[in-house]
Parts: sequence; C-alpha cells; structure tokens
Amino acid sequence: MSLLSVRNLSTEFRTERGVVKAVDDVSFDLAAGETLAIVGESGSGKSVTAMSILRLIPNPPGRISAGEVVFDGRNLLEMSDAEIRAIRGNRIAMIFQEPMSSLNPSLTVGLQIAEPINLHRRTPWAAAMDKAAELLARVRLPDAKSRVKAYPHQFSGGMRQRAMIAMALACQPQLIIADEPTTALDVTVQAQILALLKEVTRAANSALILITHDLGVVARYADRVCVMYGGRIVEAGPAREIYARPRHPYTIGLMASVPRLDQEAGSRLVPIEGSPPNLANLPPGCAFAPRCRRAADICRQRPMLVRSTPDHLSACHFHAQLSAHVGT
Amino acid sequence: MSVPETVLEVRDLKVHFPVMAGALVRKQVGSVKAVDGVSFDVQRGETLGLVGESGCGKSTTGLAILRMIDITSGEVKFEGEDISAYDRSRMRPIRRRMQMVYQDPFGSLNPRMKVSEIVGEPLEVHGLASNRAAYDTRVASLLDMVGLLPDMADRYPHEFSGGQRQRIGIARALALEPSLIICDEPVSALDVSIQAQVVNLFQELQERLGLTYIFIAHDLAVVRHISHRIAVMYLGRIVEIAPRGELYAKPLHPYTQALLAAIPIPDPEVEATRPQQIIIGEVPSAMRPPPGCRFHTRCPRVMDVCKSVDPPMRDMGGGRAVACHLYEA
Repeated sequence: MSLLSVRNLSTEFRTERGVVKAVDDVSFDLAAGETLAIVGESGSGKSVTAMSILRLIPNPPGRISAGEVVFDGRNLLEMSDAEIRAIRGNRIAMIFQEPMSSLNPSLTVGLQIAEPINLHRRTPWAAAMDKAAELLARVRLPDAKSRVKAYPHQFSGGMRQRAMIAMALACQPQLIIADEPTTALDVTVQAQILALLKEVTRAANSALILITHDLGVVARYADRVCVMYGGRIVEAGPAREIYARPRHPYTIGLMASVPRLDQEAGSRLVPIEGSPPNLANLPPGCAFAPRCRRAADICRQRPMLVRSTPDHLSACHFHAQLSAHVGT
Repeated sequence: MSVPETVLEVRDLKVHFPVMAGALVRKQVGSVKAVDGVSFDVQRGETLGLVGESGCGKSTTGLAILRMIDITSGEVKFEGEDISAYDRSRMRPIRRRMQMVYQDPFGSLNPRMKVSEIVGEPLEVHGLASNRAAYDTRVASLLDMVGLLPDMADRYPHEFSGGQRQRIGIARALALEPSLIICDEPVSALDVSIQAQVVNLFQELQERLGLTYIFIAHDLAVVRHISHRIAVMYLGRIVEIAPRGELYAKPLHPYTQALLAAIPIPDPEVEATRPQQIIIGEVPSAMRPPPGCRFHTRCPRVMDVCKSVDPPMRDMGGGRAVACHLYEA
C-alpha cells in the first residue's frame, strides 16, 4: 500500500500563446520512508508536479485539469480548502529552493518554526517555541538555543535551509517534498544539507520527494527515480536500475552528457543536440523525438509509459531494443 | 615556437575592496580581501581551471586580470607585458587579445541589438572592418565558427535559447581573435543537456584556434573535464594547484579533498561505496578571514600550527603546489 499515489495528473497554465500543459498525464507511487527523485531540466514539469501535489498552483493562470493525488487513502484534489490546509506543513511538508524568499523576513526563525506546531498541534506558543529550539538543534544549527530569536537575514544560506528543514520536520510529516533544496548553496554546504535531509527523513521514516536536475544528487540519495521531459514521465524505476540500464534515449543522452569526476578527463562529452522543448509548442508524439538519434516515423505517435521490466517503465517505442544496447 | 609560451603570469595578486561606514563622515572600517595573494601561470593553448565556492575570489581574479576592476597590489603579465599599472587607454589594445565570456547568457547580451551588431561591435570599436561587406563576412564566419546559422544574424537575443545565446557571447569574444579568453561560469546557467554542447564548443575552438582559457566555475566535474590544470581557491587564496588527473587521483589539500567528496558521482553503485566525508560549517566572511590557515576552522585535519601560521605555497613537483602545513618537510 503506497503512501502517495499520483494518477494521471495533468496541470495546465493559460498563457498568451494558448493553454500550456506543464504536467501531462503523470503517474507514480511512493511508499512510506522511500526517497523518490524527480529529475528533469527547466520546463520538464518537475516543480509543477510537486506543487500540484499540495495544490499550490496559482489559479488563474494555472489549473489541475485531471487526475488524482491519493495520500494515505484520500484524494487531495477533492479536499476542501480547510482540509488541504490541515495537510500542508503538517502531514506533507515542502522545502523550497530559495530559503530566503520562503522565510518571512519580519518574523523570527523560531516563531516561523513554532507556527505550524501551534497551528496543527494546538501546542501553546511557549511550548512550541521550545520545540522550535529543539528542532533547530536537531538540524545541527550552531547555537540553536540563542538563534531561535534570530531573523532570517542573520542566517547564511545554509543556515536558512537548515531552518527550512526544521520547519518541515515540525509536525513529523509522513512526506517531505524538497524542490531543488540545495541549488542555491555552495558545494560543501549542499552535501551537508542533503545528508541532513536524508538522515532526518530516515530517522522519522518520512517519505521524501527530491526534485532536482542533478544526476549526481539522484545517484547519491534516491531509491527510485522518475525522469521527466516536456511535462511527461519518460522513464521510471529503481535508481540503480535506471543508471545501469537506462531505457529511454533522453536518460541515456543525459548520462553521456555530464562529466564525471571518476572518469578520464579530456575526452569529449556526447551532448544531446537541440534544446529542451517549448511546452507551448510540443511536437506531436514523443516530445524528445526532434533531439533523438533513434527517432523514426512511429515516434510521431505518443509512446505510452510501459513496463519494460516488472519495475522499470519507459515511454519509448524502442525501449526493448535500447536495453540490449546499453552496457556495451 | 615549439617551447611552451607563457601567456599570463600572475604574481601575488591582491584585490581588496574597502568597506565604508558612517552616516555623516564616511570612513573605511575594513576591507574585503576578495583576492589576497594569488600567483599562477597560464601557458599558450592551455586551459587553467579556477574552482571554488562563493566568495573564494575566482571571479574577482578573472576581472582583475582583465583590469575591469582595480588591482590593490601584485603583478599581471600578459604575453610578457606587465599590465598591472596600465590605464584605460593603454589597456585598450590589450583587451583585443584578452576577452571574456560571462555566466548569464540572458543578462550579458543587449536585448535591443541584433546578433550581427552584438557579434560585430568589437570589430567596429577597434576599427577592424573596412567596409560593410567585410563586416558581414566576418560576422557570418564567426557565427559559423560557434555553430550558428548565418541567417541568425538579423535576429534579436530573445529569439534564442540559453545555449544559443552563450554561443553568441562566444562569437563576440572571438571577434577580435584574442589569445586568452576568460570564461566566468560559462555553462552554469544552462540546462544539463546543453552544457555539454557548449563545453565541447570551447574544446573544439581551442584546438582550431590555439586559444588559451581561464575557466572559472564552481562545478568541479565540469572544470576538471575541460581544464588541463586546476587551481582550487578558498577565501581569496589558491590552496592547491595540480594537473587535472592528479587532482582527482590524489588531492593533497584537505579542502580539495572535501570539495571532491562533496560532489556526488552520477552512479548509485559508485556512490554506495564512496566514503562520505562531509566537512562542517560554511565559508567564513572575507572581511574577517580566520588567522593562520584560512581553512582551519573547517579542516578535519587541523593542527595547532594552522591556527596561527599561514601556510605558504609549497612546490610538490610535477606541476603541483599546495598551501598546507601537512606537507611541510
């Protein structure tokens, strides 16, 4: 029984150039305690998928047009506003990319961490503030006790992201969604924050959805992976399986185009030609076809996400042949 | 000229920015030592990578070499000529041979100029196109060189994707046939699938035109891929410099080791067996760098001496040098 089950989710935005489908028929499941990475480039729909789960899509111009998001047995998309508010920050928490713009600059950090505890758990403020200090210590913020009274601008980028994690943990959520949580941070701090996130979610047996463009981060932290392209999932499966035997030309292309520290330097990378698609003007059929070396006539028909092996899905007409090619 | 020729020599370069305070009487209350004693050479046809986290001084070093900001002290020798004290007019002919490619392909191109004007402007500024036909031919060949089509010359920057804009920036930098190009985070703003295209273009152009690059970036995997040698910077200093192979195989400075360990390798099998050594803390302020070795506050191998004595750069042979007390004889 999965904790979260996203079924045929579609989210569209009304723009000057017509209706754009940012998320198109996306389905995936997440078990308790599991870490799922959603990987993709800009415009792939990975962030909109995350925002749609918590119904954080601004309407207008956005709208969740189809699908269901079943969390712990209930469809979040059918809940009343009051019901979804009782879920947000409580049973599902979200961590955003830019900690500075997601923290309120005029409230102390401690107050912002205590707020969901007071709101959702009806804990009196004084006790909630004590809990906030405890949480800041748990995310290993130096001088946690005195920093409860500090304001966000007095924190460095890494400290702010620690505070965001403390806030996310406040009500012991079953699911944490982290949208590019370390993109704005330095390399060594990025490693600290991701390790912390993994550690605290593991300790609480919370599930984690990690939205990222970084294939290295996925390899280090994810149990399972969904690769998105042009608003759709093109490949999904266990992380080890996807990296060892990718079954979509986009995934294969991505892996060949990133330099690896453990490989011989100086060789040529194999780039994916062309650019990521414009969602307002997607090609018919497979969105990756215009950049794909294998593209054939059949690619003008949209490939379904099918099981290539019992736990490995691919949306490529040639997934069966691809699997034979990789590893050679 | 078969002997390797030194294109650039940087000696003890310092760039300090004053910090002012006071409402009525502004006075200097301190300084940010953005670059604080950096020395390196770059050979013709070579790519030197400058890598480090924010505030390490890598971008400031690039700007100081181009003399786009003032040098506090130290020496910058370009093709044998000491340019550290040159004024604007004396820098002008030098800038023809030294160009820059910027990080932001959106902010660095004038949105009101056509591609032909952006790419051709340097030709005009330096009076290198005798007539319209020569100008157009040159622009077309520059666009071709970076993999853009000649008919793109009449379009405006907003009509291009990030990767194509970066190509326009590169074409502009190439217009004056420079010998040195300083690339400041030239691929960090690009999508993963586009980065490889631009990285390959840099490499192809280097082979074809014999260009020398200083490649500044925070992504060690990209820097190592494109650079022949790499200088790792921390808080205004170079802490280690090494050929790319050695740097990964046997990093000497604890900071280099930490930086390498922090970067995940896109392979779950490899990651599962890699020791996870994560260093604590964040980069301290460049206004008040720690005494002694600047890295000592975060160093897992810190010794007493590190807290008071600044380690000098020590030549380790084989083109390697490191500034760390661990390697003192």
